[in-house]
This record gives sequence, structure tokens and C-alpha cells, in this order.
Amino acid sequence: MTCSSAASRESSGPALGFPLPVYVICDMLGVPAGDRDRFAYWSDTLLNLTRYGQAEIDAAQAEFVQYMSGHIAAKRAEPGEDLLSELIAAGDADNGGLSDIQLLATGMGLLVAGHETTANMIGKMVGMLLADRTRWERLLADPSLVRTAVEEALRFDANAGFGMPRYLREESEVGGTVLPRGTTVVCSMAAANRDESVFDGADEMDLSRSPNPHLAFGAGPHSCLGQALARTELQVVLEVLLRRLPSLELAVPAEELQRVEGLAIGGLREIPVRW
Amino acid sequence: MRITVDEAKCCGAGQCVLIAPGVFDQRDEDGIVVLLAETPAPALNEAVREAAAVCPAAAIHLVEP
Repeated sequence: MTCSSAASRESSGPALGFPLPVYVICDMLGVPAGDRDRFAYWSDTLLNLTRYGQAEIDAAQAEFVQYMSGHIAAKRAEPGEDLLSELIAAGDADNGGLSDIQLLATGMGLLVAGHETTANMIGKMVGMLLADRTRWERLLADPSLVRTAVEEALRFDANAGFGMPRYLREESEVGGTVLPRGTTVVCSMAAANRDESVFDGADEMDLSRSPNPHLAFGAGPHSCLGQALARTELQVVLEVLLRRLPSLELAVPAEELQRVEGLAIGGLREIPVRW
Repeated sequence: MRITVDEAKCCGAGQCVLIAPGVFDQRDEDGIVVLLAETPAPALNEAVREAAAVCPAAAIHLVEP
């Protein structure tokens, strides 16, 4: 069995990390999970920084826009028990709701966000916990650590992806360097999450760390909209794996786990495991 | 434990309501936090600490005895 990741779906058919978040987000948006191979491709063209040419990206996005527009029109005609139907029912832009273009962007954004992020994080979390199996054993001995272990996996992940671009509206000083107003910076949350001035033993994975003010979901009004869903999915996956597959272990040395290259959101190509 | 919330900082993410629904709520009109229990039952302390820790706006303050 392989446990996740965006890239490995083409070759080895991941058994866990990818399908769960995809089924959940498809269900929430009321889109058929049977179309998931198409979403996966569209999503990858949005988030992969190196694999595709501009023409491929443009064509994929045009298809994606067309698909989601059709889906929204169908929900407008025949509302269901899903999030898009609720957003439509909340009224249009004139009534304090979303305009058509906002609804389209929201649907596309949620579908993409529901694909790569948690899917990759499930794999990375399992990889980190099995890379030093004493971590896994500690969780087996005390499953009540699942919630803090998930937060610590989010903090400890050094393969978080490209980082968040931010535009400085005023002069700022970072690490003794003055950055003038108007600078665009790329913030590495993974680096912030190992800040020795914030976290005791920042380079140690402490499964009971609390409080754990990591920035994996960002901070402030634009922090990750899906963080509660992501936390729930990660907690449930970990709890079920511990209960059902307590003997789980890596089938390859941890050093041989391969990163996905070029993805804005970091992940592992595959995590071969046995139990 | 005594809780205070900063409405001006709150961004309405609702994480606190999901984690400790008996202690926090959100205003219908704009989603800003409503504190239901300033001094929650001790059994809820752990959930309240988690809610304060994950608040994206750091708008929940706790004073522990």
C-alpha cells in the first residue's frame, strides 16, 4: 500500500491520503467524486510551478471554469444539500451574498484547496511519525495525544511548499534587514515554525507540545478557511490508523522518501508502508 | 479560568465555536465572537485552551488561576 500524495496517483494509485479529502470536499460541494481525475489534473495545473506550459495551464483552467459554471447552473436549477447550494440560496451580490464570479471562484478555490493540501499533509504526517517509530509507539500507548500530535506534525513539516507572497504596505524590519514599503516578500511558514525564540526545542518533534502557535494555517483574517476541516481529517486519519493498523511501519528507509518537486504545496511522492 | 475576547481582533473564523460550542458563539449578522461563559466549568478548560491556541486572530485571552 502507498499512503498518499499528489504525484504518486499517476503511478501507484495511492490508497489513503488522496481519496479521503477528495471524497469529503466533493461531497461538501455536491460535485460527483467520479470526476475526481479531472479535478486532480486541473488542481495540479494551478498548483504545480514547473510541470506545465502556459498553453496547458490556460486550457485546463478554461475547462475547469466551464465545468464549475455548469455545476453552479445545475445547483441553481436544482439545489441540493451542499455548500454551493447554500451559498446560492444566501442571495446574490445585491442581497449581501456572492456575485456569480465570486461564487465561481469560491467553488474552484474550495475544490482545489480540498485536493492537494490535506492529501499531502496526511502523507507527510504519517511519514514523520513512522520515520522515528518511537513517535508512533508513543501514540499507540497514549492515543489522547492525537490532537496535539497533529498540530505538531503541522508545525514540524519542513516540506510545507513555496510559502506565501505578501506585499509590504509599510517599511518593515525582518531579522535586522530593513525592507522598504512596496517590497513583495515570500514568507516561509516552515521557517517560522522552527523559530527558537517561539518554540522550546524547535527542532524536536514533541507530540504533546501545548500551546503550539504554529503558522501552518497562517494567521489573521486570511488564515486558512479550511483549517477546521483539515484538522478533523488529520485527526480522524491518525486515530483510525493507530486503531486499525497499529503495526504500521515504513517499507523503505525514511531517507528514501521522495519529495514532490515543483508543487506550491509540499508533499511526498509516495509513502510505502507495511503492517 | 477566566476568559476575555477581543471583538475588534476577532475575524469570525469560528474555530472557537467548533471546539467549545458551549462557551463561544458567533453573532448572526457578522460572525464576530460572542462569549457565552466568562468562567466555564472546569471540565471545559482543555477545550477552551485549545480554542484560544488555534484562534487565527489571537482574540481569546485566558487568565488561569
